Amino acid sequence: MKKILSKTESLKATPHLYCPGCGHGIIHRLVAESIDELGLREKTIGIAPVGCAVFAYDYFNFDVSEAPHGRPPAVATGIKRVRPDKIVFTYQGDGDLAAIGTAETIHAANRGENITVIFVNNANYGMTGGQMAPTTLIGQKTATSPYGRDPKREGYPMKVCELLSSLEGVAYLERVSVSNPKNIISAKRAIKKAFQNQVDGKGFSLVEVLSQCPVDWGMTPQNSIKWVEDVFVKAFPLGVYKDKK
Amino acid sequence: MSKIEIITEKCKGCGLCIIVCPKKSIQLSKNFNKAGYHPAVFVEGADCTACGLCFQVCPDVCIEVYKDK
Ligand SMILES: Cc1ncc(C[n+]2csc(CCOP(=O)(O)OP(=O)(O)O)c2C)c(N)n1
Ligand code: SF4
Ligand code: SF4
Ligand code: SF4
Repeated sequence: MKKILSKTESLKATPHLYCPGCGHGIIHRLVAESIDELGLREKTIGIAPVGCAVFAYDYFNFDVSEAPHGRPPAVATGIKRVRPDKIVFTYQGDGDLAAIGTAETIHAANRGENITVIFVNNANYGMTGGQMAPTTLIGQKTATSPYGRDPKREGYPMKVCELLSSLEGVAYLERVSVSNPKNIISAKRAIKKAFQNQVDGKGFSLVEVLSQCPVDWGMTPQNSIKWVEDVFVKAFPLGVYKDKK
Repeated sequence: MSKIEIITEKCKGCGLCIIVCPKKSIQLSKNFNKAGYHPAVFVEGADCTACGLCFQVCPDVCIEVYKDK
């Protein structure tokens, strides 16, 4: 009997500290597989965020640098500019990328830095206990919007792919989800392309992954993937937002 | 016959593999692993087409799929 599927070399055997059913673990696997299939492991440098993925260096089997909250695109810019031969990517949550790190995100994109960004949108601040994020949906209840997000008071959900799509320097933007096998396979294709773009020198590539956060959403893993499919994707439509030829 | 193996010490019993298995060949164990979860187990001798759907959804990457040629 032949083993046809198991973790690949870019993922360590270390157990993840994520909650049961959390989308981060699936996304880690897709990143690791993409890097291994492209043969990039020995020249990849990841930038871990502040957030639930802060321990990414414990899970990935290649070099990983930590960055202050929201600053991975700035750190990635520095590393890629001094070592253009390396493959440099950031892995960031929505609090990290779209709240405290908004300026770093927009300017790295606008400069067209030749980096890859894996953006994990789980519609809240996971690590700190489920507070409202810029990406929280209208009406969504969180620890800091207990009656639901009201746009009159808290503004509207920030759509990062749509926002960045007008910037000249951006090469590739796609929004995917990891709620079922079909979407996961599609997410893998997008992530692999975002790395291939960097190899080809195309410039800034970002994949936004809608990810389940069952614990902070107060749902079972089963209900959390249902919420992604019934509610989350309606507010954040999946698809390619930019693909520069 | 094809089969899967589950690294039970890494499993968190989230049950996502159970809902996608077309052959209904995965269950949660009544026993606990060291982390205190009821891990998923492959039902001994159950059908498996090595489709890999369980592997795709597993957030803890603790499923290995074996295909009979
Ligand atoms: C400068 C700074 N401000 C605030 C915090 C507290 N903090 C830690 S994680 C986090 C939010 C992380 O949320 P997100 O980026 O969405 O990632 P997730 O945990 O959901 O994956 C915050 C605000 C911090 N560590 N550093
Ligand atoms: S809080 Fe949410 S994002 Fe963080 S590990 Fe738990 S489920 Fe995952
Ligand atoms: S490989 Fe397919 S048939 Fe086999 S246990 Fe997994 S989901 Fe079920
Ligand atoms: S999907 Fe993975 S972690 Fe969840 S129950 Fe199945 S084997 Fe365990």
